[in-house]
Amino acid sequence: MNALEISGLTVSYRAAPALWQVDAAFPAGALSAIVGPNGAGKSTLLKAALGLVTSDTGTVRIADVEGRAGLANLAYVPQAESVDWDFPITVAEVVAMGRYRAAGWFRRVGRADRAIAADCLERVGMSAFARRQIGQLSGGQRQRVFLARALAQQAEVLVMDEPFAGIDARTQADLLELLQELSADGGSTVVVHHDLAQVRSAFEWVLLLNVRALGCGPVADVLTEDRIREAYGAGLPEGTPVWTG
Amino acid sequence: MTADDLVIVLVAGLTATACGLLGPFLVLRRMALLSDAVSHAVLPGIVAVWLIGETRAPVPVVAGAAAFAVLCVLGIDAIRATGLVASDAAIALVFPALFSLGVLGITRYASDIHLDLDSTIYGEIAFAPFDTVTVGGVVLARSGVVLACVAVLNLLLVTALWKELRATTFDPQFSRVTGLRPRLLSRLLLVAVAITAVSAFEAVGAILVVTMLIVPAATAYLLTRRLGAMVAVAVGVGWVGAIVGHVTALTFDTSIAGAMGLVCAACFVVALTIRAFGARAR
Repeated sequence: MNALEISGLTVSYRAAPALWQVDAAFPAGALSAIVGPNGAGKSTLLKAALGLVTSDTGTVRIADVEGRAGLANLAYVPQAESVDWDFPITVAEVVAMGRYRAAGWFRRVGRADRAIAADCLERVGMSAFARRQIGQLSGGQRQRVFLARALAQQAEVLVMDEPFAGIDARTQADLLELLQELSADGGSTVVVHHDLAQVRSAFEWVLLLNVRALGCGPVADVLTEDRIREAYGAGLPEGTPVWTG
Repeated sequence: MTADDLVIVLVAGLTATACGLLGPFLVLRRMALLSDAVSHAVLPGIVAVWLIGETRAPVPVVAGAAAFAVLCVLGIDAIRATGLVASDAAIALVFPALFSLGVLGITRYASDIHLDLDSTIYGEIAFAPFDTVTVGGVVLARSGVVLACVAVLNLLLVTALWKELRATTFDPQFSRVTGLRPRLLSRLLLVAVAITAVSAFEAVGAILVVTMLIVPAATAYLLTRRLGAMVAVAVGVGWVGAIVGHVTALTFDTSIAGAMGLVCAACFVVALTIRAFGARAR
């Protein structure tokens, strides 16, 4: 079974294609990454897969369910800068958003759902911050809160947009450890990432993207020197060593 | 204070309540100028009512104004949703077009009569005690009854959809993925603002509505760290503006709406000072 399967996805902003006929499949139970240079369409791919950006063509299956119904099986961690961190809301209230689908429209989040949210906050080591306003958090703490909100959804597939951007080394290590735990427990995770070295050392599966899919499969098969040069091409300064491990 | 003064304060307080329930969402969605836009965009509605029925009576005028207010906010929402135009620009694009349409309508069809916003839709809060209705044998100020109804509707909307409105205001993308409907909720909120604004324009005048929708909410934003508290403080600041503003107007024998607006602005300055010099409430 695939956690996330994308076929023939094309997205264009005005005339220029942001994504062109992308096919990609991420296996269930794996820790997968999406890599590529700036402007490759990594975030656009996620957003199109989630229906946040309109695609011209293509189909998406999440945990073998096609279309919007598949979203019930998915938890999403958007880029941290996509929200206003001065918003008057507490950490606990943000994490409880992960239970909104379970709670249903018009209903308050019940005690059982709040307990699930509290457990997830505990899991990312942020319980002490539950009653803080979110503006008081550091970059790494914000990422932990967003992850806790996604964990609270208890979905089969976790999708994260640049979770490693702008956070300290300690949080990076903690976050990676958590993702590896999730993977060991059979969870499926797809992460937009910018650090090829970390993808090589810690991830199992990778999509190399630059508008088109330049390879999708086990990390060792996809991240070859030739393919990386093809993907990053002009993006790599002359003489940059391409480390292929 | 006489009974009439009490009526004026109550009508202003009900305006503050109806507006304070929605204002925080507008401020947080960066749509603070929406009520200002609506106050202009209603003009073609008034012209249309004149063309159809040759009337300037309150009920048809409010209905015509409300139709164009809703058109205005839905137009702004639709332009914003394309993602090609920012919120503030979307607001600034729609209302001048509608206002211009109204001006053209007046010069073409109603140049011989006195048809403008001040003489038709914009009310004056000082007259609130004199325009009464009898409900179950009790004589009440008509504008008070209208605004009480609007305040109750807004309270129902905000309490029933509290978590949905908060989530889609804070993080529309996550909300959408988790099954909420940010576009639908945005439209619902904006239509509520349009109806609130038009009802209140007719009762208390434009400047007081524009003030009560935004200034108390912006003040509350500086003083609170949870949305529930922000809404409560916004309503409270509006009531302070109503009460202190009316006393000020009586003392200095000046415009009631103007005094209430200035008191709200003074509350904002106090909050800004508190935040700027230590005492960080957040």
